[in-house]
Amino acid sequence: MASQEMEQLVRREYTQGFVTDIESDTVPPGLDESTIAFISGKKGEPEWMLEWRLDAYHQWLKMTPPSWAHLDYPPIDYQAISYYSAPKKPEDRPQSLDEVDPKLLETYEKLGIPLHERAALAGVAVDAVFDSVSVTTTFKDKLAEAGVIFCSISEAIRDYPELIKQYLGSVVPKADNYFAALNSAVFTDGSFVFVPEGVTCPMELSTYFRINAANTGQFERTLIICEKQAQVSYLEGCTAPMRDENQLHAAVVELVALEDAYIKYSTVQNWYPGDEDGKGGIYNFVTKRGDCRGDRSRISWTQVETGSAITWKYPSCVLRGKDSIGEFYSVAVTNGRQQADTGTKMIHIGEGTRSYIVSKGIAAGRSDQSYRGLVKIGPRAKGARNFTQCDSLLIGDRCGAHTFPYQEIGNATSTLEHEATTSKIGEDQLFYCQTRGISEEDAVSMIVNGFCKDVFQELPMEFAVEAEALLNVTLEGAVG
Amino acid sequence: MSEEQTFIDALNRRMAARDAAEPTWVAARRQAASARFEAVGFPTRRDEAWKYTDTRSIARGTFVQADNAEFSPAAAAALTLPLDAIRLTFVDGVFSAALSDLDALPAGATVETLSQALESNHEAVGAVLGRLAGVDFSPFAALNTAFAEEGAIIRLAPGTVVETPILLQFLSREGDQPTMCHPRVLIEAGARSEATVIEHYVGETDAKNFTNVITEVLLDRGAIVQHYKLQEAPVGDMHIASVHVDQGRDSRFTSFNLNLGGALVRNDIVADLNAEGAETQYFGLFFAQGRQHVDNHTLVNHNAPRTYSQESYKGILDDRARGVFNGKVIVKRDSQQIEAYQNNANLLLSDRAEIDTKPELEIYADDVKCSHGATTGQLDEEAIYALRTRGIDEQTARGLLTLAFAGEVMEQVKHDAIAQRVELAVAGKLPERFNLAGLVEAAVALGEEG
Repeated sequence: MASQEMEQLVRREYTQGFVTDIESDTVPPGLDESTIAFISGKKGEPEWMLEWRLDAYHQWLKMTPPSWAHLDYPPIDYQAISYYSAPKKPEDRPQSLDEVDPKLLETYEKLGIPLHERAALAGVAVDAVFDSVSVTTTFKDKLAEAGVIFCSISEAIRDYPELIKQYLGSVVPKADNYFAALNSAVFTDGSFVFVPEGVTCPMELSTYFRINAANTGQFERTLIICEKQAQVSYLEGCTAPMRDENQLHAAVVELVALEDAYIKYSTVQNWYPGDEDGKGGIYNFVTKRGDCRGDRSRISWTQVETGSAITWKYPSCVLRGKDSIGEFYSVAVTNGRQQADTGTKMIHIGEGTRSYIVSKGIAAGRSDQSYRGLVKIGPRAKGARNFTQCDSLLIGDRCGAHTFPYQEIGNATSTLEHEATTSKIGEDQLFYCQTRGISEEDAVSMIVNGFCKDVFQELPMEFAVEAEALLNVTLEGAVG
Repeated sequence: MSEEQTFIDALNRRMAARDAAEPTWVAARRQAASARFEAVGFPTRRDEAWKYTDTRSIARGTFVQADNAEFSPAAAAALTLPLDAIRLTFVDGVFSAALSDLDALPAGATVETLSQALESNHEAVGAVLGRLAGVDFSPFAALNTAFAEEGAIIRLAPGTVVETPILLQFLSREGDQPTMCHPRVLIEAGARSEATVIEHYVGETDAKNFTNVITEVLLDRGAIVQHYKLQEAPVGDMHIASVHVDQGRDSRFTSFNLNLGGALVRNDIVADLNAEGAETQYFGLFFAQGRQHVDNHTLVNHNAPRTYSQESYKGILDDRARGVFNGKVIVKRDSQQIEAYQNNANLLLSDRAEIDTKPELEIYADDVKCSHGATTGQLDEEAIYALRTRGIDEQTARGLLTLAFAGEVMEQVKHDAIAQRVELAVAGKLPERFNLAGLVEAAVALGEEG
């Protein structure tokens, strides 16, 4: 490809970078007990919730940020971050889309995700998280009919305190790690899903959320519970406006699957990765963990990670129930100066547990990417099975791709297979396509999409389309 | 008193008791290494490189240094590898002239003990020794540098081909008090020279000694070195070893790391492929039973374009044994057209055995073909069934397949004496439930049939 053309494409700016000017109700930067009390008060939380947050905060104070990841970023000043931001008038929540602030709808338009269309045509209930507070929730009635609870975590704390007391922090304990502790102290919103016994959620649940007000970190907390034989598919997608300062995002997602339950959690992450010097991108430190508590339960994580300056994310499964299944399908694309340290943990505790890991990493530009995974088979996990495939594709000679798979095997009846490859797009593959009249760029796109196919297949339909488009946009021009 | 202090005091006493003054650089290096060791201390499980290996049994031990190399010739003969070799023997780290034989050494090659080399030309030794293995490599490298007194210096002039293998024997003795030794091995292979060096660790059954060895190998342009390490130390021995390799253009280094003995074993192998065409092969086999702990860390640094590496490690673990494999391949920026393949396969024979494996790739260049694979599991039930349909009982079938599993590494071994020794040891280590006699019969029968 002509190098000029390449330059142009590489320089192409983040098309989804824009700032919606909605007045925010923001606290001054800084974190202490009063900030937490403010957040808790703002949310109208009961006393026990405040105690819970403060306990997390006190534990966080004693912790130090992890340094083992293959990431390089300046220390974060946690006192320079504002921990609360909400669109105005949270008590006057719009009851229908017509009441939604037109600017918000406009934002969705710019993102190419027309909410009303999506909601109406695709039959997707949307719990749109806009700067930390849910502003609109649709299809609630239909869900209520099925007995499914889908609301913001703040509402859940208010309306379903027993469920929250039982499950919140039961998968990711308050002091699980530095970022989880921080999240536990200051989380502002997120989604809560409860699917009762025997119910298959009638529609795919989806949350689009984006970071908006300048200088605010986003601290989402998501909790999904599937009772016996219940099923749900949850979609999470994110875009963020262009910003000059690094934004911290430390989310926690907890999934609980009881006997024979199935939770499918899909993510497309396209946060602002920073400019070509790596300035201004999102820092994404996420703790995602699913607990297969019941026998034969199944949790499946699918992620397409194309954004963020720094990604620190290891969606994991604790396979406690007999014959439970954990799955992880991931495509991570880094370009420019992005850094990603991502992977999964599969903790096999129960007998006959199985896990599958398919990780595809594509590194371009001056980016650095690592797959870091752990497969741990406990002594009682007889007959456990794991298959891991992690492949990396390097585009350009200034990027890096790394693999750090840990395997700890503690019994003799388990079988583990791990394969990893690193290579570039073959000259012969490109040549073959070009002899058939396919341009180099299209050929690269085809090859890359083929490389990721195993993962895209796992995505729900709308996401798969979006993911392929995202991949092409992220990589366009990085090839030559 | 801290655990480290016990060792530092022992070093200081040793240095004070020395009759003749050492060259100043030697004494200075000891001091610096001792200071480094004092500063870092013994590794803990919190160090990533020692995450799965606990060295407290070494840190808390009290070891003396042997002052003689007495060993019954008959006992030594029973332990030695039955092959024609240029032989240097060390007993608890002390050189034994009686058990050594350098007759087959061709012109152009020199083999000396470290003490001899220091006496004859200490500057020449000082210029090279420690160049690859600095005191900051690990706390044990610092400890070795502080204590090292004996070892082997092997030099090959350009073009020298040594047909006969050079065998370095390290014998571990039983005694009232456990001993420690910190041998150094240095191999300088000149351009286009060739040699096979075998390090063989073996000893008396009830020995409980601590060996902490460092081997440095420098390969000049086109040199070919085969390095065998056969570690059959007594099951009470603690064994820490590192091999550091520097490869010049078109050189070829092959490492066989065969571990059968020892209570606590840690091997580090590091090869730097510094010029185009350099090629490295790592083969490893470990079989641990009882409460043995074997940790293998390998690293290949592709520092130059068009360099190649290949690695295959096999582990068999029984009883409550624990194995660790950490294989790392690093491709530096601008090291294009690299091929690096790595494979680790493990067989667990007991539910209480554990394996922790981590095959790592760190790649900063795009025109590369790198892959790694790691598998852990049991014997293939279908293969067992296939053997049973041919009239072989299940126990024997399992034994045969276990041997075959090890065989994939062993068939690369060029010296029959080593291959047979290991195969016999593996067969001998197979759990009693395997029918050994049947195994031999079956092997013969299969051989006749085939």
